[in-house]
Amino acid sequence: MSLELRGITKTFGSFTANDSIDLKVETGQIHAILGENGAGKSTLMNIVYGLLKADSGEILIDGKVVDISNPSDALNVGIGMVHQHFMLIPVFTVAENIMLGHEKSSKLRVLDLDQARAAIRAISEDFGLQVDPDAIVETLPVGIQQKVEIIKALIYEAKVLILDEPTAVLTPQETDELLNTMRDLKNKGTSIIFITHKLREVRAVADQITIIRRGKVVAAVSPETSEGELASMMVGRAVDLSPEKYQHEMGGAILEVKNLTVRDALGAAIVKGVNFHVNAGEVLAVAGVQGNGQSELARALINLEDHIEGSILLDGEEIRGASIKDSLHAGIAFIPESRELDGVIGSFSIAENLILDLHELSPYSKGINLSAKVMQSEAEKRVAEFDIRTQSILDAVSTLSGGNKQKVVIARELSRPIKVLVASQPTRGLDVGSIEFVHERILAERDAGRGVILFSTELDEVIALADRIAVMYRGEILGIVDSKVTREELGLLMAGVTSAKVGAE
Amino acid sequence: MKNTISRIGQSIKLPGLSFLMAFTITGIIIAVSDEKVMNKIGSPIEFLKSAGASVGNAYLALFQGSIYDNRLAKSNFFEGFYPFFETLVTATPLILTGLSVALAFKSGLFNIGAQGQFIFGAIGASYVGFRFELPVGIHILAAALAGIVLAAIWGGLVGFLKAKTGAHEVILTIMLNYIAAFFILWLLKTKTFLRPGRIDPIAPEVADSAKLPLLAGENFRIHAGIFIALAAALFVWWLLTKTTIGYKFRAVGANSQAARTAGISVPFVITSTMMICGALAGLGGAVHVLGSEHALNTDVAGSFGFDAITVALLGRAQPLGTVFAALLFGALHTGGRMMQSNTGVPLDIVVVTQGLIVLFIAAPMFVRYIFRLKKLNASTSLTSKGWNG
Repeated sequence: MSLELRGITKTFGSFTANDSIDLKVETGQIHAILGENGAGKSTLMNIVYGLLKADSGEILIDGKVVDISNPSDALNVGIGMVHQHFMLIPVFTVAENIMLGHEKSSKLRVLDLDQARAAIRAISEDFGLQVDPDAIVETLPVGIQQKVEIIKALIYEAKVLILDEPTAVLTPQETDELLNTMRDLKNKGTSIIFITHKLREVRAVADQITIIRRGKVVAAVSPETSEGELASMMVGRAVDLSPEKYQHEMGGAILEVKNLTVRDALGAAIVKGVNFHVNAGEVLAVAGVQGNGQSELARALINLEDHIEGSILLDGEEIRGASIKDSLHAGIAFIPESRELDGVIGSFSIAENLILDLHELSPYSKGINLSAKVMQSEAEKRVAEFDIRTQSILDAVSTLSGGNKQKVVIARELSRPIKVLVASQPTRGLDVGSIEFVHERILAERDAGRGVILFSTELDEVIALADRIAVMYRGEILGIVDSKVTREELGLLMAGVTSAKVGAE
Repeated sequence: MKNTISRIGQSIKLPGLSFLMAFTITGIIIAVSDEKVMNKIGSPIEFLKSAGASVGNAYLALFQGSIYDNRLAKSNFFEGFYPFFETLVTATPLILTGLSVALAFKSGLFNIGAQGQFIFGAIGASYVGFRFELPVGIHILAAALAGIVLAAIWGGLVGFLKAKTGAHEVILTIMLNYIAAFFILWLLKTKTFLRPGRIDPIAPEVADSAKLPLLAGENFRIHAGIFIALAAALFVWWLLTKTTIGYKFRAVGANSQAARTAGISVPFVITSTMMICGALAGLGGAVHVLGSEHALNTDVAGSFGFDAITVALLGRAQPLGTVFAALLFGALHTGGRMMQSNTGVPLDIVVVTQGLIVLFIAAPMFVRYIFRLKKLNASTSLTSKGWNG
């Protein structure tokens, strides 16, 4: 089945999200739509899926104009969508989730789960998507949950599948698996619209690439196009994808972690007695598949976790057991993993967010009196220095894009005297331009003699920025390696294979 | 300046429209429940006339009972304002309990416990008021302070338990309300509190030196408490917008996780918020006893603590909004009595109106639909916090 969009235009007030977009997805092809956050990709897909109504333009299926005004219309004409944030009920089983909204029951109004199970098994076999129908969704890894979403679309006979940023939440292995699944689906005749801003993935699977910038189609290219070219078309200017790791001065150990164990509320160790140190003027990356204790380790460094054992020495001073405030003020800047939840307060203004951990300090306050004047004048400086794109510093942070929210967090954390920067997944979900910015700031901190600990699941980022790489697996640091390591070696470490075993093979 | 006006316009649009709709529906109920009106259902014109008269009379009585009644202005114009002063007397404790609930909202807490805190404020003020003899001024201060401290402890207990154990403040405050309500029943039977020579539960009257000064002479009940309430509103506004403490409160209220990550102590915020909330509601109890009741009785709290929730919601948890909402509720309460005695429309209809106002405020989408509004600036986060908030 082919899907064609002709002249789709959608405006929100004076803002044009989609400007007469033309697009054709051929039968059995993977069509990638590439664009920065806010380029209009999601708006376009929401129109195709019936969640939004276009101001003008038409949607054609196999050459015939169709009217899609809600998601069930979309399902009826064979369009399925896997959203970036899964639409699953965590406490339900896979089968229950999949039959949701299409429940079949016997005469006694008993749900017919057997039929759902059988249908799931059939789809699983046809498309090679192995999922246990009776597993509870919340117990499944993210990659499998995504398969459940894909099965959900396929079971209602979707012939065109929209995948909205599907790899944003996946580990490298899961990503590879998803790309394989996409190829299988394509070979079975399913057309796929693949929305992403990750260049490597696009080049790996796409048959056609359409690049959208500021609501307009700027180019339709083939996957042979180089990453650099794709990036510059997406951003609209030349982009430096791998920052130079030029020679830089390195000092002595600024942060030492000894025998650090982090336990959850039930007493189970999530981080198991790790040891490492970071030198001044060095980037130490902590790599690993998500969920191997990196998040907890990062949080433990500023005492955000409740049960921490061992020792954290910042410039020789023990800070384990200090309050969060004291840990921060001792000289650690912290960029949390989730901007929205931990980094910013959405309903607060930009100016207010910029003093979240500074409001008790001079010049922002005297005694308990908060100075709005100082807060605002300092905010103006940060906005200029960190290039935060906003109309006014009094706008709520929730109105900003992801990249600008992250800039607010970074501006705040770097505007007090620090010795160490702890950055947890600092570029997750950001567009190319913002990623570039974040990388520049991280390297600038390194060059200024700070120790940087970068927690990241993105291998490219780890290899590009780190001086040394620590790999975490099941709560332990399996090894700390030089940054000249290859992707393959890193991948093996991340899968729990230590170098001794690598050598033996 | 133009921005400020349009912002204020935006923020009163929802309460204003809710108010309008609530009165419309109340009007329909008044008309329909009036037999004289319903008897004329056969002829539409007569029916409408009669319905108009019935509703008009009821609302006129409501106005006369709460704002101005020219029939009372016998010797001079001023006397006609008697109902308005009564409205202020009723609104005074309501402003304070309303502020207590509103401040808690700002910190992301749902304080259902203003009732219990009010009771302890009243107990403290009453005891110091009748037990000691102190100079004027100082006596008032001491009595009010006793009420504030007792209630701050009572409220702070909730914050402390939540901060230490994670117990939900809604459950805690509801339970503590029961304890407070029964505590005062018991207390008024003890020798210390029972007025000598009485068997019904009432405490001795507070000394004259502890009574709040009357503002308009002996004939009116209006007392200085209204200024205390307004000063408290100003204090809450100052605390929230001008201090680091208020900044912490708002930060935790808006996103406690981000606030914690930035080093703000959430237990401190929860405990201190609940203490200040308790102090505000307790001041309400103290002012009520020292200003208009003068003697502690079992029903001293009325429904001030519960109406406070509605008042804070209607005032959108803003100090100024809370003051206006409390004035409105005070007017409805006092005016409702006149409506009942003059037109036979039951006082309960006022409760219906209050309920409707809150219903519409809690359902902004509905108001928006009715009035075909494109944008309605509604702070739904106030009411949709849920149990894990």
